[in-house]
Amino acid sequence: MELRPILSAMRRNKVGAILIGVQMAITLAILCNALFIIEQRLALSHRPTGMDESNNFVVTNQWVGNPTDLKAKLQGDLAALRSLPGVIDATALNSYPLSNGGSTEGLLLTPDQKEPTALSALYEMDEHGLQAAGLTLVAGRNFTAEEVRDKFGYLDVTPPAAVIITRTLAEKLFPGRSALGQSVYFGGHTQPAAVVGIVERLQVPWTQAGGWGSQFNDNSTIEPMRYVSPYTHYLVRVQPGRIAAVMRAAEQALIALDRARVLEKTWTLTEARADAYQDDRGLAVILGVVCAALAAVTAFGIVGLTSYWVAQRRRQIGIRRALGATRPAIIRYFQTENLLIAAAGAALGIALTLLLNLWMVSAFEMPRLPPGYVLIGAIVVLLLGQLAVLWPALKAASVPPALATRAA
Amino acid sequence: MFTYYLTLALRSLRRNVVLTVLMIAAIGVGIGASMTTLTVFRAMAGDPIPRKSRQLFAVQIDNWGPKKGVVIGDEDNLQQQISYPDAVGLMTAHAARRQSAMYRTGFALTPANPDLRPFQVTARAAFADFFAMFEVPFRYGAAWSQADDTGHADVVVIGRELNDKVFGGANSVGRTLDLDGHGYRVVGVLDHWEPIPNFYDLNNNKYAGAEEVFIPFTRAIDQQLASWGNNNCGGDSLPAAGWDGRLHSECIWLQFWAELPGAAEADRYRTFLNNYAAEQRRLGRFQWPPHTRIRDVREWLVDQHAVTAEVRILVLVSFSFLLVCLLNAMGLMLAKIMGRAGDIGVRRALGASRRAIVAQCLTEAAMVGLAGGLLGLGLTVLGLLGLRALLSEDVNRLTHFSPSDVAIAVALSVAATTLAGLYPTWRATQVQPAWQLKAQ
Repeated sequence: MELRPILSAMRRNKVGAILIGVQMAITLAILCNALFIIEQRLALSHRPTGMDESNNFVVTNQWVGNPTDLKAKLQGDLAALRSLPGVIDATALNSYPLSNGGSTEGLLLTPDQKEPTALSALYEMDEHGLQAAGLTLVAGRNFTAEEVRDKFGYLDVTPPAAVIITRTLAEKLFPGRSALGQSVYFGGHTQPAAVVGIVERLQVPWTQAGGWGSQFNDNSTIEPMRYVSPYTHYLVRVQPGRIAAVMRAAEQALIALDRARVLEKTWTLTEARADAYQDDRGLAVILGVVCAALAAVTAFGIVGLTSYWVAQRRRQIGIRRALGATRPAIIRYFQTENLLIAAAGAALGIALTLLLNLWMVSAFEMPRLPPGYVLIGAIVVLLLGQLAVLWPALKAASVPPALATRAA
Repeated sequence: MFTYYLTLALRSLRRNVVLTVLMIAAIGVGIGASMTTLTVFRAMAGDPIPRKSRQLFAVQIDNWGPKKGVVIGDEDNLQQQISYPDAVGLMTAHAARRQSAMYRTGFALTPANPDLRPFQVTARAAFADFFAMFEVPFRYGAAWSQADDTGHADVVVIGRELNDKVFGGANSVGRTLDLDGHGYRVVGVLDHWEPIPNFYDLNNNKYAGAEEVFIPFTRAIDQQLASWGNNNCGGDSLPAAGWDGRLHSECIWLQFWAELPGAAEADRYRTFLNNYAAEQRRLGRFQWPPHTRIRDVREWLVDQHAVTAEVRILVLVSFSFLLVCLLNAMGLMLAKIMGRAGDIGVRRALGASRRAIVAQCLTEAAMVGLAGGLLGLGLTVLGLLGLRALLSEDVNRLTHFSPSDVAIAVALSVAATTLAGLYPTWRATQVQPAWQLKAQ
């Protein structure tokens, strides 16, 4: 295919060609970055908690006032929950994954260390915790009943003597060696906490992209503590398929025990997950819609402008046909023309994409865009151009050669 | 003359329906997308208290010293909140015209009707100045007095929605509320008050609006009402156990706001704060030079990233999208105008000036912009409905479309399209009448 006539025709239509090229460049930049964000947010929303999510639910309990016999009330509640038919186990917690509220501790390897070795979320559970959450113990042991002590609300900051930590945290604290039997220190305290067990995974409570906890998503520490507080979460694990019925029964059982309480929220972890990642998924859907609309607008713009060019050049096309150009040759002409514009647009677009990504990296603490995205984006934009130009090109090919013989 | 251009524009737009529809659709979609995100952005970045945002200041004091513990403060190592000892110190000094230490807490409210179950209410412990300082509107009664602050009175101010729920919207001043098993007398009922973002405490849900109950800070401390917000004990010294331990600790968990009308007062307060910190150093509590700061509402919102990354991304994407739509419309307009080079040639030959051609082309562009803007308005409404379905409840509060947004949408559309029409118009004025007539 001879490129020269195409280029010289384009020179006479500079602005139109530039407009299409720039549009395709911006489209490419937005498409690549938006698709990258979509992929990232969807990946975030699928991060596992490490729990038996489909069989876990949480009841958030708030006592009226600050009852003096809190501990007895807590034990009564837990006994009632554990005795419900269909319940595997239950525990009281200060916080749970996907709840977006909890506490953090900087863990040290020596008590006089200045900067913590790792940040970790703190979960307080009794010896039923692992079973109730459905966590997988990969090394060591569960807490014994004797190890569990009472923790009186958030004001009680006494550190534990033993902890169970996640595998990720173990590797961060003790790289290359076993964490079992090692000691960790809580900031400011001199008594060590022995690592007695390691669980496969337990996500921190915070889920926001780039927010608190995003840098230590799988660093969790479980303390052997009964969380005795006017405000607690009960985590219940049920046999598969019985969650809805058990949830209703649990609320009724708790209210039957004592009415002077607020059951602020009773929901499954599946519901908690949908809630925690609602904005991430929303963002993904919105960006998806915008990308589709963007592609459509760009494509229709190409259709419109190329159709106009075809109409303008009907006579020339007729002459080419009369001089022996075949229909496929005419189609190829417009396709090549669009390919040239699109290629120039894509080149500009790749530069724009990288610039936009650089800015997003600094402004939103996003990771760098993998080169594969840019490549795929460029191909998509080229294909979009080819697809859009097809209809006007077919129209051009249908110009009869006889047109050349008629007066303008 | 203008009506003549209008008729010409209409006729021209009718002649090439496909191009016209494409242009209007492109602009409509672009305006719809950008207005949808702009509405949310404006709500998020909005000034929650426009008349006083330059007079209200968040107070920050470094009570941990340089580079200690887990820093969630900003680059200056200044934390967002202050400790109880500092709150007491600043309240006692009373150095600002109005001031209040405050924190978020909550209750279980037991309704008078025994058939109803207790329910949760959010609350804010604050000083009497809170209401005057933030210009909180009252429906019934008034704020509690400073005497109530010093007297640790069992009084509360409640929000309008809670008053509707518990007292059926009646004037409940003087009635008693059972909060966590303790009776509090209602002294005031707020009118609808929804500061968005919730500038005075951005730790919890920034867009969830104000709390439902307000209680004197002094009384809340007596009652040991737990903090329902962020508690950070990242300093050197650990808190002792229990409520008293927390009060005397360097844990930060309180917000502090001061009203300082005028630059002189603000400067005086800065000096006061530094003197206060220097005094704490003399007393042996701080081992570092005074490190304090006040930020007004607007600076505070920027500093605390009141606008979420998601919304900033969406605004960026949608305005780039609008740009693509405008480039698109510009190309189509160019095609249309150049397709009518002959007509323009005839008009010029018949005596129309270049200015008349400019007026005609820009009128046409503006009409496309107007139509696109109207279509965009419809799409914006749809877009906001979509956001409401997709995003969390907190963001939902930000999806209200106001009359000013309608004006912005149409103005943006007409202005942007006219701007995009400038180049095609210029090309139209370059048409040589003689050449066009000859070619015919």
